[in-house]
Amino acid sequence: MKAIYSNLLGGKSGAVGLALLAVLILVILPLSLDIFRLNLVGKYLSYAFVAVGLVLLWGYGGILSLGQGIFFGLGGYCMAMFLKLEASDPVSTKIQTTPGIPDFMDWNQITALPAFWEPFKSLPFTMVAIIVVPVLFAFIIGAAMFKRRVGGVYFAIITQAIALILTILIIGQQGYTGGVNGITDLRTLDGWDIRTDSAKYILYYFSAFLLFGCILLGRFILSGKLGMLLLAMRDKEERVRFSGYDVSSFKIFVFCVAAAISALGGAMFTLQVGFMSPSFVGIVPSIEMVIFTAVGGRMSLLGAVYGALLVNFGKSMFSETFPQLWLLLMGGMFIAVVMYFPNGLAGLYQQYGARLDKLWQPLARRLAKRNKVVAPSQADGSPQLVATPVIRKLAEKAVVTDEPVHEAIRTRRPA
Amino acid sequence: MGGYSLSDLGNIFVMQGFSGLSLFSVLLLMAIGLAIIFGQMGVINMAHGEFMTIGAYTTVMFSQFADKHGFVAYYFVFAIILSFIIAFAAGYLIEFIMIRHLYKRPLDTLLATWGLSLIMQQLFRSAFGAKEVSVTLPDWLMGSFKPTPDIDIPINGVFVMGLTLLVTLGVYLFMFRSRWGLRMRATTQNSVMAGSVGINTHKVDRVSFALGCGIAGVAGAAFTTIASTGPTSGSLYIVDSFMVVVFGGAASLIGTIASAFTIAQAQSVLQFFMTSALGKVTTLLAIVTILMLRPEGLFSVKVRK
Repeated sequence: MKAIYSNLLGGKSGAVGLALLAVLILVILPLSLDIFRLNLVGKYLSYAFVAVGLVLLWGYGGILSLGQGIFFGLGGYCMAMFLKLEASDPVSTKIQTTPGIPDFMDWNQITALPAFWEPFKSLPFTMVAIIVVPVLFAFIIGAAMFKRRVGGVYFAIITQAIALILTILIIGQQGYTGGVNGITDLRTLDGWDIRTDSAKYILYYFSAFLLFGCILLGRFILSGKLGMLLLAMRDKEERVRFSGYDVSSFKIFVFCVAAAISALGGAMFTLQVGFMSPSFVGIVPSIEMVIFTAVGGRMSLLGAVYGALLVNFGKSMFSETFPQLWLLLMGGMFIAVVMYFPNGLAGLYQQYGARLDKLWQPLARRLAKRNKVVAPSQADGSPQLVATPVIRKLAEKAVVTDEPVHEAIRTRRPA
Repeated sequence: MGGYSLSDLGNIFVMQGFSGLSLFSVLLLMAIGLAIIFGQMGVINMAHGEFMTIGAYTTVMFSQFADKHGFVAYYFVFAIILSFIIAFAAGYLIEFIMIRHLYKRPLDTLLATWGLSLIMQQLFRSAFGAKEVSVTLPDWLMGSFKPTPDIDIPINGVFVMGLTLLVTLGVYLFMFRSRWGLRMRATTQNSVMAGSVGINTHKVDRVSFALGCGIAGVAGAAFTTIASTGPTSGSLYIVDSFMVVVFGGAASLIGTIASAFTIAQAQSVLQFFMTSALGKVTTLLAIVTILMLRPEGLFSVKVRK
């Protein structure tokens, strides 16, 4: 019980943070927004999945992927294919030349359902595919790259190229994928109309709970030995390798986990927004997802969710009123975050939150003192670690004592 | 490839080959600039395409100016020089404001310069409008020449290629035959050591970055002869140019030339036999596959870690 409390919920501060976010998403937002706006928030939450995955992959693993849109898109497209097949039953598509196939196929003179669409008639298969297809894809990319020790910048550029390839393919193969418009006009999920208000509420809550599940999964991964290894790999990859760990397997694993989480986000996106198109797959959305993570804080699972919500709120607010200003603002904000606040909002909170507490209540002072940031020395100029419980533990155990990382890990290794 | 006779195929290859040469020229100019910035300094400049757009807009503006004052016939040479100077100055400024703070965090340069590219695109849109604009080409750049009745070679393509070769030669001389090049290479190999023998490495970094941007400006001038310019023109080339640099092996001039040639020609020839999208996909897929087998690229040189 105690282990669950300290690892999964992250002790007192972690549990409080999680509870605050839960109150915001589950109570405050649904009560204060109408269903149209809430649906938008639901859309932002589906981006937050990707951001959570990126915290694991980029913040802790140090692997920058500029192709998370690939997995978001694959998950979303799997979902959309099922919904589209359900929406194009022979009765409602009887005006087509070939009834019973999706409308865009009919427009592109395709007369039979392509073989790879067939299995998506089944809901169980689709639900498995939403996770398995992106993970398999991530595994292939990851295995090919990490086994050959391709990393850093090269990995970023290659994932970007793959995102571009996938976008061009989807747009080019209009008959099979719906082209640039994507798969639109989705109606029911196994007979349940997803366009009604009540369905939107249910889907919103469902994706919120799923998101919390992913955050807890992320905490579980990070609080264990694997989390420590990820950090150690990010900071001194060679040392971890020399102490006998298969670095590439860990990288592949975390890449696959991030892909799975992103894919869930994609599927929830399709359900809530009602369509899926290549404009959520390519380079620009993929980089935007990195922005959410950077703004929220690349080292904080909760921060990433706030980042996704805030940036998207800003985007829809500004692009409604000053569309021209928005790009300037977003670019400027991004430069500022990268240059001056590498740990994003969560980092700012860690830095100044304690001071705010001091102003508010003297009681919080003692707490803040106890939770004081323990920042290990950073020789390579990468962003300073913030004191989440996990890192604090790691810092106490390994880096601050300047004991070599592998020593610390080896002592924890089962015989 | 049924339906084409052997001489048809020959002509197709020659003509697609030459249209590939225009793409090759722009890609190579972009990639040389990137290779200097990425290969020599380890900075990933996602705004490189926007520096190309600066050059393109400079050329367009200058062509309108030339139109008014009646020296259309030979303005282009000046436009190239002006594009270089303006892009160089912009790069110099950006390095001073932004890039120099990020040398130790290569992945973060990627993110920050992407923010920069957003800002620049919006500035172009506000300043020049969202509509694409094009230059008035002088007469001698238009038309095509026909060695045989079946082959058509556009003159502007040949001109752009000549320009590219000239710039490449210039970069080669600068990098390997000049004092500045020596300093740059020394800084690449060991920045601390170079500093200790009296090279002002900060200045070298700044000039290298600005030089890369300046060459992107020249790419922009070349670009105006084959397509019209819009605020997002540059971003279309950025992924391709990165692939060229990575595929060629960072910091290798020969590798960059070889890979730009391979990629441009493969795309151009494949696009004739398949759809344009599939041609591009096939090329990119091939590169990604080759890079997975050989991560260091075609020609690899030791790069600053």
